[in-house]
Amino acid sequence: MLVYTVRRVLGAIPILLLASVLTFVLIDVSGDPLADLRMQQPPPDPSVIQLQEERLYLDRSMPERYWLWITGIGGNGDIGLLQGKFGPSTQSATYDIGENLFLRLGTTLRLVGAAMVFALGLAVLAGVVSAMRQYSKLDYTLTFIGFLALAMPVFWFAGIMQQAGVGFNELVGSQVFATIGDGTYQAQGQDLWGRITNAFAYMTLPTIVLMLTSFASWSRYQRTSMLEVLNSDYVRLARAKGLPNRVVIRRHALRTALIPLTTVAAVGIAGIIDGAILTERVFQWRGLGEFFIAAVEKNDSYALMAWLLLSGVLVILANLIADLLYGVLDPRIRYE
Amino acid sequence: MTTTEHTSNEGTAAAGTADVVLEVRDLSVTFRSDDGPLPAVREVSYVLRRGEALGIVGESGSGKSVTSMAIMGLLPKGARVEGSAKVLGQEIIGLTDAQISKVRGDKIAMIFQDPLTSLNPVYTIGYQIAEAVLAHRKVGKKAAEARALELLELVGIPNPEQRLRQYPHELSGGMRQRVVIAIAMANEPDVIIADEPTTALDVTVQAQVLEALEAARRETGAALVLITHDLGVVAGHVDRIGVMYGGRLVETGPVEEVFYRPRMPYALGLLGSLPRLDEERHERLTPIVGTPPSLLSLPTGCTFAPRCPMARELCHQEEPRLLAADGSGERVPVAVEDTGAHAAACHFSDELEGARPTDLFRGTAVATEAAEDGAGEALAEVAEGAPGADPEGAADPGTGEVILTVRDLVKHFPIRSKGLLRRRIGEVQAVSGVSLELRERETLALVGESGCGKSTTARLMLQLIRQTSGEVSYRGQPLHTLSPRQMRPLRRDLQLVFQDPFASLDPRMTVSDIIAEPLRIHGQRNGTAKRRVRELLELVGLNPEHGSRYPHEFSGGQRQRIGIARALALNPKVLILDEPVSALDVSIQAGVINLLEDLQDELGLSYLFVSHDLSVVKHIADRVAVMYLGKIVETGTTDQLFGAPAHPYTQALISAIPLPDPVKERTRERIVVTGDVPNPANPPSGCRFRTRCPKFAGELSENERVKCVEEPPELLDRGTGHQDACHYSKAVELI
Amino acid sequence: MSETKVPPAPRSTDAESVGGAERTQLQMILSRFVRHRAAMVSLVVLVLIVLGAFLGPFLWRWDHLVHLEIPASVPPGPEHPLGTTTAGHDVLGQLMRGAQQTLKVAFTVSIMGTVVGSLWGAASGYYGGRVDALMMRVVDVFMIVPLLVMVAAIAGNVRGGTTWYAVALIIGFFAWAQIARVVRGVVLSLREQEFVEAAKAAGASPSWIIVRHLLPNAAGPIIVAATLLIAVAILLEAGMSFLQFGIQPPDISLGQMIGDARTAASTRPWLFYPPGVLLLVVCLTINFIGDGLRDALDPRQTMVRR
Repeated sequence: MLVYTVRRVLGAIPILLLASVLTFVLIDVSGDPLADLRMQQPPPDPSVIQLQEERLYLDRSMPERYWLWITGIGGNGDIGLLQGKFGPSTQSATYDIGENLFLRLGTTLRLVGAAMVFALGLAVLAGVVSAMRQYSKLDYTLTFIGFLALAMPVFWFAGIMQQAGVGFNELVGSQVFATIGDGTYQAQGQDLWGRITNAFAYMTLPTIVLMLTSFASWSRYQRTSMLEVLNSDYVRLARAKGLPNRVVIRRHALRTALIPLTTVAAVGIAGIIDGAILTERVFQWRGLGEFFIAAVEKNDSYALMAWLLLSGVLVILANLIADLLYGVLDPRIRYE
Repeated sequence: MTTTEHTSNEGTAAAGTADVVLEVRDLSVTFRSDDGPLPAVREVSYVLRRGEALGIVGESGSGKSVTSMAIMGLLPKGARVEGSAKVLGQEIIGLTDAQISKVRGDKIAMIFQDPLTSLNPVYTIGYQIAEAVLAHRKVGKKAAEARALELLELVGIPNPEQRLRQYPHELSGGMRQRVVIAIAMANEPDVIIADEPTTALDVTVQAQVLEALEAARRETGAALVLITHDLGVVAGHVDRIGVMYGGRLVETGPVEEVFYRPRMPYALGLLGSLPRLDEERHERLTPIVGTPPSLLSLPTGCTFAPRCPMARELCHQEEPRLLAADGSGERVPVAVEDTGAHAAACHFSDELEGARPTDLFRGTAVATEAAEDGAGEALAEVAEGAPGADPEGAADPGTGEVILTVRDLVKHFPIRSKGLLRRRIGEVQAVSGVSLELRERETLALVGESGCGKSTTARLMLQLIRQTSGEVSYRGQPLHTLSPRQMRPLRRDLQLVFQDPFASLDPRMTVSDIIAEPLRIHGQRNGTAKRRVRELLELVGLNPEHGSRYPHEFSGGQRQRIGIARALALNPKVLILDEPVSALDVSIQAGVINLLEDLQDELGLSYLFVSHDLSVVKHIADRVAVMYLGKIVETGTTDQLFGAPAHPYTQALISAIPLPDPVKERTRERIVVTGDVPNPANPPSGCRFRTRCPKFAGELSENERVKCVEEPPELLDRGTGHQDACHYSKAVELI
Repeated sequence: MSETKVPPAPRSTDAESVGGAERTQLQMILSRFVRHRAAMVSLVVLVLIVLGAFLGPFLWRWDHLVHLEIPASVPPGPEHPLGTTTAGHDVLGQLMRGAQQTLKVAFTVSIMGTVVGSLWGAASGYYGGRVDALMMRVVDVFMIVPLLVMVAAIAGNVRGGTTWYAVALIIGFFAWAQIARVVRGVVLSLREQEFVEAAKAAGASPSWIIVRHLLPNAAGPIIVAATLLIAVAILLEAGMSFLQFGIQPPDISLGQMIGDARTAASTRPWLFYPPGVLLLVVCLTINFIGDGLRDALDPRQTMVRR
């Protein structure tokens, strides 16, 4: 298992490298980090531009710059992934990309994690209930909710939920739901109970928004997988043994029907990260989404690259965890 | 084998209901479907006494499996079940889940068809057996595990302690089915229902599993309902038999009665359409014309009437009841408890007294609608002209000119690692040094169990895959050196017919397009192709007007005929038939076999007939080659091979085929093999069969065995062309 | 939603339906689709929306631009059925133009992604072995970065305004990978089918097999995947525009409208709700159509999507 994990990690490196080349080139050709500066009125002094070009290594060719970005050899000590440096930022000379990125990672992972856990839990529940009551009113209702959720633009739904939160607060006359901000600041210095209520206030609405799409697609998937298992020979044999229905469902059907969901959930994390950016934007969280938007707006190439690399690593990590989990759940898979 | 002690209850009709363990009365099952209600089972009644074995025989769609699922309460919710089923006097139809759970697995247990999917892949064998014990017994985990171990030993699984901790995928199919049997006997049930328990298994493994089933009955004293399509399996293992057709029981009675004196044309027809190991070759099979009825639109009157050669006006109007002769010539309804009675649902069953299948059914090859439409006369005439035995018609084995030759053919499939590099980490030796000669106008059968390399050999002969080494030549011209382009013109002469009539026809093409495809590939114009398609459809006994239909509109047998027509399109000289009838029901299978025989006579074809079914092979082949783990272990003419098999594997294969004859089946001598086929990626040294060989295990001395372990036996001639690859071969007579 | 209500036992019964009118396969697929009520209703609604988006601007007085004659922040009324913005846009005019741009992007992406993805996936599946392993690693590369982030980063990086076709090209460049996976899977299993082997045995060349057997049989899944890709593209474009990295003003798209009205949902709801509802309805209808197509083309296929 350890050998397998190491092999998988090693195998991911070339893919990650290839992806970094692709994105590096695309980011490079699609925009100019100094575009805003060059378009300033009145035009800045050429020496200012030259200084900035040197600071951002724009005076070197693209392959050189890529090499520099990876290794940091020949740079000013602020660049080079292998040295743990993500490169200079256009936003200011003192802006540390790595520091900011990891500062915000925690905020976003909190949201992504909560959404994943709740989406998975509810999806399993809805999928199982749907499958067991196939063609019932409940099944049709859940199916329709699924379709609706899959067609829902996340940011629009976020706006609606925000309005609903505000409305609810007005109705009960107290701030049950916070509709703006991520609550990091408010949680400081609170005792445990205070932190819990604070987390509930700030996280409930964004989590509902973010989990919606994943919940929909996973519950559909779980329903199919559950139906397949319910019609399987081994579930029939379990019944024939004389096990009561609830034992059959729990021990035989659910246990096996859960296995394929691990892979699906891992693939789905990319979509959740997408959704998190939109959700954070609406609820004005200071997470990776804000970092990303600022980086794009400022043509901050190195910050963007750092961001994309990080999301790539997250996706690969999720897939690796899913594979390992699959191996634990399904004895047919053996990692030699 | 051990059922004779129970068969003596003829005449105990008045024994009452004291020892009845299962009583089914007027059981009907209806499914809902998009096209209306689907009556899968109609008014089935039977009783089963303690320790008795009842066989239920029928083709696919006859309702035989649905009946037992209904009894077990395992049908999906959409099914409507009416009637009654009592286990030990307790009604079990309509029970709640909690109530029926107490009965299932405790008083009545079931064994399913496919052992590969019957066990939950994520739990160990031990857990799944113990679970069955714990479901009904208030014992500790330890005790349940001890019971599991005991059960595994009873069903004959070697190293049971180790097996308990293994997962299903680590066990072979035969082994898994024995685990399922162990689960069924866990609580010493009163009734065991076995639904096609051996259909998915190879014959030698089938014999082992049937043995385990007998052990289970001995041990638990349970009564058995054995559901199968295989008349041979039923013959040796049950006391009574019920034949199902179109959702009803159409004939019931003691097994000898039904086999030797069938009273319903359908049962008679089934027996006649069966190729038999224990009968002379060249006896023409008599298929039942037509296909089983659609349950959606059952005919009025007798459901068998549309296919019945003696159907009359009455048969089409009134559905016959299950009646028995009462000795005075009158036919009367029999009480279900009267287990000794022989009843049949036929208005004219009296006329069947002493009838043989050939008296009623014709040995026609055209078993489909074409016969009624009057089309396909060409072949019907051929069939008429060659009824019954026709020894001259068949080529004299070993005299024709050699047309297709294979020398020292080897095929290794690499096992590659996953990942980008796909390194070679081993190889499966699918074919290891096979030599064969196919002569003009003869049928050479290549026989073996699954995974022995027979299909690979067939594909190598057609150069559909490339050999690792060895030679293939057609009329002296080497094929193995040709490029695909050079090979193309030769493909006209060498054609292939597949096993699965559902997978071998492109579902998006019309039948005409499918049959014409080879013609188009070889550049024939549309007009000529069209004419040829009509000819071919007629030739294989299909209505030429049906060319514009799609494959899904045809039944299995009809599709197989389409596949044959496609293979014949280019006027080939050689047909390679890969299990061409093994996916078909017996009554349909016979028609296809007859068609193949007629086509060979008429068109002068040579057949390489790949099959696992020795009964079919004995019927159709001139010469036979037996394969085991990539090697040919014995070859000879059909008479030589079946009359005096010399290799222990051939002997075991022949012994393992159940004969559809109760007396012969119970009294015959058997050579039984143990275990499963070894992994072809790592075959045993020396003789590859030695790990399962009864001779190696039982007869040979230590010294003699050394040779088997160290020296791979060569295929040696024992005069007259009969060859075998065994160091200590000795011919025996088995049939 | 394609599970059989009947257990597997009576298999031969469905094959006996010889007789009755002969129908071509296209007719059968059509009739199955028509029977799918949600899909039929969806198709009608979608066609109406498409007509409105492309013909509407010719019939309606106002386009999507700012006009001095338009009063600011007027709630829906007879003059402006969907109200006006603070800057002086007519919302109905914006909505039609926005839907039009969104649909243009989505259809372009779907066509692009389907063509590239199908060819890539078919080649990978057909050749198999090392070629397959290599080609699929490339697909992995395209799939490890979240799609929206990737396209937003590229499009947002471009200064001076992105037009609808630039947006479409950028999305299309990344969106083919999923289709490639689907098609590869289908081709891999088709390749092993006996009818393909039968064609080989008859002497068919690889191109014959691909054109006559693989493509027609893979067409169903490809059409379904292409349909669902339209919905994916719509949501992607909307997300980009919401972040203001998509189609740039003065041109408009539905996502951009929602983004602009983000903070006005309670004060001027007529700005916030119509574009969202329209997006929702378009995606919903497309998903229903995709579902209907799947049932019509291959009743056994299960629902697989991200």
